[in-house]
Amino acid sequence: MAVVYKKSIALTDTPLSFCPGCTHGIIHKLVAENLVELGVYDRAVGVAPVGCAALSDHFFSCDMYVAAHGRAPAVATGQKRVHPDNFVFTYQGDGDLASIGTAEVVHAAHRGEKISTVFVNNAIYGMTGGQMAPTTLVGQKASTAPYGRSEEHCGKPIRIAEMIATIEGAKFVERVSVDTPANVRKAKKAIRRAFECQIQGKGYALVEVLSTCPTNWGFTPAGAMKWLQENMIPYYPLGNFKDFE
Amino acid sequence: MAKKLMKGNEALAAAAIAAGATHFFGYPITPQSELIEYMAREMPKAGRCFLQAESEVAASYMVYGAGGAGARVITSTSSPGLALKQEGLTYMVAAQIPAVVIDVSRGGPGLGNILPQQSDYFMCTRGGGNGDYFHPCFAPASVQECADLVVEAFDVADKYRMPVLILADGLIGQMMEPVEIPEVTKKPIDKPWAADGGHVKRGEHNRINAMVLPADGLEELNHVIQAKLADYAANYVRYEAIGIEDADIVLVAYGTPSRACKNVLKKAQADGLKFGLIRPISLYPFPKEAFDKINPNCKAVISVEQSCGQMIEDVRLSVLGKFPVKFFGRTGGNPIIPEAVYNYAKEVLGGKA
Repeated sequence: MAVVYKKSIALTDTPLSFCPGCTHGIIHKLVAENLVELGVYDRAVGVAPVGCAALSDHFFSCDMYVAAHGRAPAVATGQKRVHPDNFVFTYQGDGDLASIGTAEVVHAAHRGEKISTVFVNNAIYGMTGGQMAPTTLVGQKASTAPYGRSEEHCGKPIRIAEMIATIEGAKFVERVSVDTPANVRKAKKAIRRAFECQIQGKGYALVEVLSTCPTNWGFTPAGAMKWLQENMIPYYPLGNFKDFE
Repeated sequence: MAKKLMKGNEALAAAAIAAGATHFFGYPITPQSELIEYMAREMPKAGRCFLQAESEVAASYMVYGAGGAGARVITSTSSPGLALKQEGLTYMVAAQIPAVVIDVSRGGPGLGNILPQQSDYFMCTRGGGNGDYFHPCFAPASVQECADLVVEAFDVADKYRMPVLILADGLIGQMMEPVEIPEVTKKPIDKPWAADGGHVKRGEHNRINAMVLPADGLEELNHVIQAKLADYAANYVRYEAIGIEDADIVLVAYGTPSRACKNVLKKAQADGLKFGLIRPISLYPFPKEAFDKINPNCKAVISVEQSCGQMIEDVRLSVLGKFPVKFFGRTGGNPIIPEAVYNYAKEVLGGKA
């Protein structure tokens, strides 16, 4: 019998811990497939964040770290400086990267660390239970913004991809979404390009992936996709912000 | 190797390079600047990596990353910077990552000042971050001891897969003495647990992780950490004791104040008084056994510190009520003057203090 589809060898057999309908599973698959297809799996090291992906060290079958909250780019810096031939990626959520970890990501990009970041933005703290993130949309309700985020009170959501793209050492920055099969294919390509940026020694690369959180948003999986399309994409425009030759 | 005149900060750095440190991550702060500057200058010459981090927090996680990848890695800072590194330290303990961390301590609390002070004792010996842990802590009292303890700290760190702290007060960091940087020929031990990207060859992936969700799993990790510390305590506790078996007054001091106390001992001897000294070289675990050797008729034990009194708690726990425990301290960066200690000790001896 012909095998038409099989799980990437870059993923373990451990069942994913993500909620039904969450898109972390898709993004894990895209990362894993790119590691293998680009031929870097056998020298890959990943750094997981604190948040929903804190258990990713169980899911990716390469050597893995779990960093403290927001510190993944610093951990990845330390690893890569010891083994410059390794392929090093961080996988971080928006509470992790866009709030407590802004200094680490900005300076890893600024130093032009040869690492790649997959930044999963679902506009909320997922693992902790639906608290407001810097990426939470104005008006969006969260457990620490029960009346909806107010711009006057705590500002507008932060656009990480646009910010990182202004930094010299960042050589590839793109925002993608995994809300449709076509966008999943685009996301895979963007992650591939980000990984190539490291493989070619160009510098830092970041792919922001818009993602859903049906559990904490309070929608069905399908309803969450619709909410992402109608609310997140208009504020967080998809597209490439920086590419290398 | 011939003796050279060096500052404590430089000796700490030079010994780390001699001990095979391949990576240094740090953030500038006074009074450890000569250390980070020495590393910036000398690490590249030795084909090693020096990287200035954006903060002490980031530096401690670069250490986590590099130590987790199997490197001999070191970072240095001064008091407020060590407070920031505590998050990384508790993660390194949990993830069982070896590293050497140097604190050239200064005046506090807060931004305090840049004068030498010993008020980081609690932070360095009690497990300054969250969770149930300690880590080994050494306190050099001379520039030579700075160099020797760095070499020992790397071996301890690798053996027990733990961060090891060296608490050098600002005076040692800044003062110059002749020092022989040890020649280290022993190779670091293998680290088959490291996340070095060798999962395919190894047949399994290594995970460097400070989180254990199941209660039984985390309890097991805590027991592993405690067992390592117990083994360490049985083998590595260091102290110097002078004349305590027949002393009427025993001074306890570490770091530079211990040198003032040695002058006090000489003065006492000249005046026909019997003073002794316990100088802890390991601050954690504290050398409790030294206190069992004190003259049973000793009148008092005096903790002498450049702080408002922190080590005195360990002194009391070691004396266990057998003798009165007194305190002499200066703070704000003021030095410990031998005459002042001597006068206070004589008052204690005469029952006046």
